[in-house]
Amino acid sequence: MLDPSKFLADPSAVNVAAAAQSEVALGDPKVIARDVNVWYGDKQGLKSVSIDIRSRSVTAFIGPSGCGKSTFLRCFNRMNDTIEGARVDGTILLDGRSIYDPDLDVVELRARVGMVFQKPNPFPKSIYENIAYGPRIHGLARNKSDLAQIVETSLQKAGLWDEVKDRLNDPGTGLSGGQQQRLCIARAIAVSPEVILMDEPCSALDPIATARIEELIDELRANYTIIIVTHSMQQAARVSQRTAFFHLGVLVEEGPTETIFTNPSDKRTLDYITGRFG
Amino acid sequence: MTVATDIAATGFESTDKVRASLARRHAAEKRFRLIGLVAILLGLGFVAILFASILAKGLPAFWQSNIRLTINLDPAIIKISPPPQQQEGQSNAAHQAELLAWRGELASLNWGRLIENALIAELPSDAAQRRRDVSRLVTSGERFKLRDLVAANPNLIGSTVDVDLLADANVDVWVKGNIDRTLPDAQLPLNPVQRNYVAVLQEKGLLVQRFASGLFVNVDSRSSLASAGLAGAFIGSLYMMLIVIVLAVPVGVAAAVYLEEFATKNRLTDLIEININNLAAVPSIVFGLLGAAVFINWLRLPLSAPLVGGLVLTLMTLPTIIIATRATLRAIPPSIRQAAIGLGASRVQTITHHLLPLAIPGILTGAIIGVAQALGETAPLLLIGMSAFVASVPVTPLDQSTALPVQIYLWQGNELRNFFEARTSAAIIVLLALMVMLNGLAIFLRRRFEKRW
Amino acid sequence: MSSFWLIVVVLAVMGFAYQFGATKSRKVARSGARLHSLPTHYGVLLALWCGVPALAVLLLFAVFEGNVIRAIVASGLPDEIRALPADQLSAILNRIHSIATGFGVAGEPETFEVQAAERMATLASIGLLARIAAMAVAAVLGLAFVLRRFGPQLRARNEVERGVQALLIFCSAVAIFTTVGIVLSMLSEAIRFFSFVHPFDFFFGTVWNPRFATVGAGGGGGYGLLPLLWGTVLISFIAMLVAVPVGLMTAIYMAEYASPHFRSFAKPVLEVLAGIPTIVYGFFALTVVGPFFASIGAMIGVEVRATSALTAGVVMGIMIIPFVSSLSDDIITQVPRSMRDGSLGLGATHSETIKRVVLPAALPGIVGAFLLAVSRAVGETMIVVLAAGNAPVLQINPLQAISTVTVTIVNQLTGDIDFTSPQSLVAFALGLTLFTITLGLNIVALYIVRKYREQYE
Repeated sequence: MLDPSKFLADPSAVNVAAAAQSEVALGDPKVIARDVNVWYGDKQGLKSVSIDIRSRSVTAFIGPSGCGKSTFLRCFNRMNDTIEGARVDGTILLDGRSIYDPDLDVVELRARVGMVFQKPNPFPKSIYENIAYGPRIHGLARNKSDLAQIVETSLQKAGLWDEVKDRLNDPGTGLSGGQQQRLCIARAIAVSPEVILMDEPCSALDPIATARIEELIDELRANYTIIIVTHSMQQAARVSQRTAFFHLGVLVEEGPTETIFTNPSDKRTLDYITGRFG
Repeated sequence: MTVATDIAATGFESTDKVRASLARRHAAEKRFRLIGLVAILLGLGFVAILFASILAKGLPAFWQSNIRLTINLDPAIIKISPPPQQQEGQSNAAHQAELLAWRGELASLNWGRLIENALIAELPSDAAQRRRDVSRLVTSGERFKLRDLVAANPNLIGSTVDVDLLADANVDVWVKGNIDRTLPDAQLPLNPVQRNYVAVLQEKGLLVQRFASGLFVNVDSRSSLASAGLAGAFIGSLYMMLIVIVLAVPVGVAAAVYLEEFATKNRLTDLIEININNLAAVPSIVFGLLGAAVFINWLRLPLSAPLVGGLVLTLMTLPTIIIATRATLRAIPPSIRQAAIGLGASRVQTITHHLLPLAIPGILTGAIIGVAQALGETAPLLLIGMSAFVASVPVTPLDQSTALPVQIYLWQGNELRNFFEARTSAAIIVLLALMVMLNGLAIFLRRRFEKRW
Repeated sequence: MSSFWLIVVVLAVMGFAYQFGATKSRKVARSGARLHSLPTHYGVLLALWCGVPALAVLLLFAVFEGNVIRAIVASGLPDEIRALPADQLSAILNRIHSIATGFGVAGEPETFEVQAAERMATLASIGLLARIAAMAVAAVLGLAFVLRRFGPQLRARNEVERGVQALLIFCSAVAIFTTVGIVLSMLSEAIRFFSFVHPFDFFFGTVWNPRFATVGAGGGGGYGLLPLLWGTVLISFIAMLVAVPVGLMTAIYMAEYASPHFRSFAKPVLEVLAGIPTIVYGFFALTVVGPFFASIGAMIGVEVRATSALTAGVVMGIMIIPFVSSLSDDIITQVPRSMRDGSLGLGATHSETIKRVVLPAALPGIVGAFLLAVSRAVGETMIVVLAAGNAPVLQINPLQAISTVTVTIVNQLTGDIDFTSPQSLVAFALGLTLFTITLGLNIVALYIVRKYREQYE
């Protein structure tokens, strides 16, 4: 496999060897992508994208619809593998190690890189079972009380515990839209991921539920690396520390959120944020 | 920071746990996939075993033992007057009686003796004293072959003819080895003398295997088992299929057209739809009961007639055709209807000029599949009287008849298992071949004419 | 045969009427008046109005004339003949009919027969004339009714289309007629049966032994349903034991794992299993599967009959596999992708996703599919007739022979069907039971599947 250290622009930014084995310091690149291309059949959806995702922060991917941001998001947990005819090449490193490394099982990858989808998709099971699903299949709990503890912690971290603690056996599908999405976030948290991918998590929700989730994201970034795809620039501005602007499958510009929104370097970025297209 | 380290610690713990579970889970995945594959292979295997066993049993039955003989049409034995002609003023009934009498006279002539004489000429000398054993070598129905030969051409009397006669069923079984030759004599169908004769005939090259055309052109027979054939069953099934096509297709298409194009969503149409869906799932034997109670008992239609069978099968096939036609009509995009109506066509005109022509391939396919299904139905036919033995070809759909699947059912029950298992398998091959052809036709039509909207 | 020619005449007249209407309307159109409908419509309308009444009259005559004539002739017969039992009287009437049509009977006819035959022949000619007259009258009346209104204003097309619509509705109603026919006929015969045997003895009786006693023996013989019902249950159970695992796993593999290439090959082959007539399965069970089981039993020292519940059940299971498999396949594919993605996103393997998310989500639909399969198994006849032996007793050993409801129906109605004896009538009571059970299963199954589909729409 390729030597990751060759691909870092500034090798002094991180000690790759150390990163591969131990905890990554706050702000250091948690996920590194270099020259990533994605094809769906003959169509190329993503062209040569390179980016560093800082740990313990929120990175937002913005851009008009069809620009490839969701496609790129799905590369990080190899969900594109499940799509017929999709092909990915380039390098993606998680903690300095390629996610396509044969020694890294995709199951383990997906436990470390969780995902929340656009439309809340709770399983047709009880709230408890929805959260317990991940820990169960990965064998994370030694016994029932451990499992119950994990469920409670996850629901608390997702800010849902107080609302559902008395009805854990009710079906997950019976909750409101906003609650369902928080349930899905809790479900993702339950397997103790390091990175959480969020694909337009609020687009199906009303403003109050959206605000609630944005609050949650802000709390979560203390402990998780979060990448959020959003079509709302205001949301990106509110929630993220760094923003990446995509257009027609290309990463146009990436940097601190404030810079991107007040003083972008690329004209395309400026046109998008001023509403000239998209 | 403590929180962060907290999470980090749990994070690494879980990753370790996840890693620990991987081997077990991937093994479980492989097992699961394997079970699925095994299930499919099992299903495919069943198909293969079924076809292999039927073919293995049935194909040999398409060739039957025949004995080649030179028969001397001895005028001393064939003493007969010319056939009677109808006289002036004689009633139909009386003439029929005379004809029957003449035929009886013809039949009562000892044709068997002619066959025996021909056989004795080829067999060892003791055969002349063992006429009974000799007579059992050729199946009894072959006498009528000679009789019909002479009846058609009375000039043949006095000459010799070469004929291939069907050997008796027991001979066929023996020759083909369909019986355990180590069984004691009492359990074997042929006695040692007969077996010897068979060996002699084989050595002389007079015992040959010929294509069993009788299977197709003869009617069923109880007395002359080797000549039992499917002719009556073919015609019976043919009549029934014709009735199904003539009745079920128009009515089914009409009903489907009404439900798709005319009907508004009201109680009546809901009721009709529920009925159709239910009828599609009703066991076939219930239709047989309907046939027995209504067609036989109430309408007093003749028992075991193809007309009754056809009516019962029509009712069974109707839901299939209605559902298939509805699917076809539904597949036609509304734009075609709208275009026609936009031009001022009435609903009936839209249907007849535009929709039905487009729907014809789908309707044909549905009809053919429905007919193929009806061809294989047995249970309802048994209940309208077709379980009886019928030794003639039906002339009209009102005559007693049998059908292909019913004939199979009757044959498999015959005591002469060794012979009839093979023959039944051959009949099954014929039935399956017909169904394969029909289904193949349907698939061909669908591929050729199907429009992809 | 005369009916045939009458129909031909009617069709010819309809043809003329059509020509007349069409030509007349064309003439009128050419003279400048605006027609409401196309000339064909006017022609068809005339043809229908003269043809349909005539044919309706013909149908009435065909259905009733024969019986009416026979009744009239029978009433003219000597008293001692009329007192004979129904079938002998019927035979005599047949002879009279033969004499009347000129075919003659073997032997000398009796004087009363000759007289009756002459009467019959006269009645037949009167009937024929009456028929022709009535048909003509009907046709003329119909034509008059339409000709009175004939003109360019006549909305011929609308009338014709209404007529067509009526015809279509009638054809659709055939489905209802069929169901009504099934229910009524079975119900009436079953009710007659229950006049011989008390329903309680039938539905809860544990002995099936219909002795062929004479009518009026007060239901002599055991007509207990339970051994037959039990046989049906046992065999269906064995069939489902075979079909459910194989069918479900096949569906899962086809829906979740198989490549399109594999699917295109395997699916049609499995469909073949569905298309094979059940008599072939029965024969296969009798000649291959049964002896196979028997020989295995001999090898391990257990007594296994060649024709047994096991044989019939296993082969029936094989027959049902494609049924279960294709229904389950449809149901599983309907589980939304988002649910699978959610599970995979959490790091579940494919089989874990299927076992823990997809199947539980698909469960109602699959249960519905199983119920439909059970209904099929319950109603199956030929496999059981050939391969289950014929022992209508309450016994639980699947290695022995057993009998089911469907087999018994066939047994009771083959041979001489006497619609006045309980031996034959019981078949209808059995049929009614069978119909109710399968109907119930189907309704429940379709309801469950519908509810399941609504969930994901």
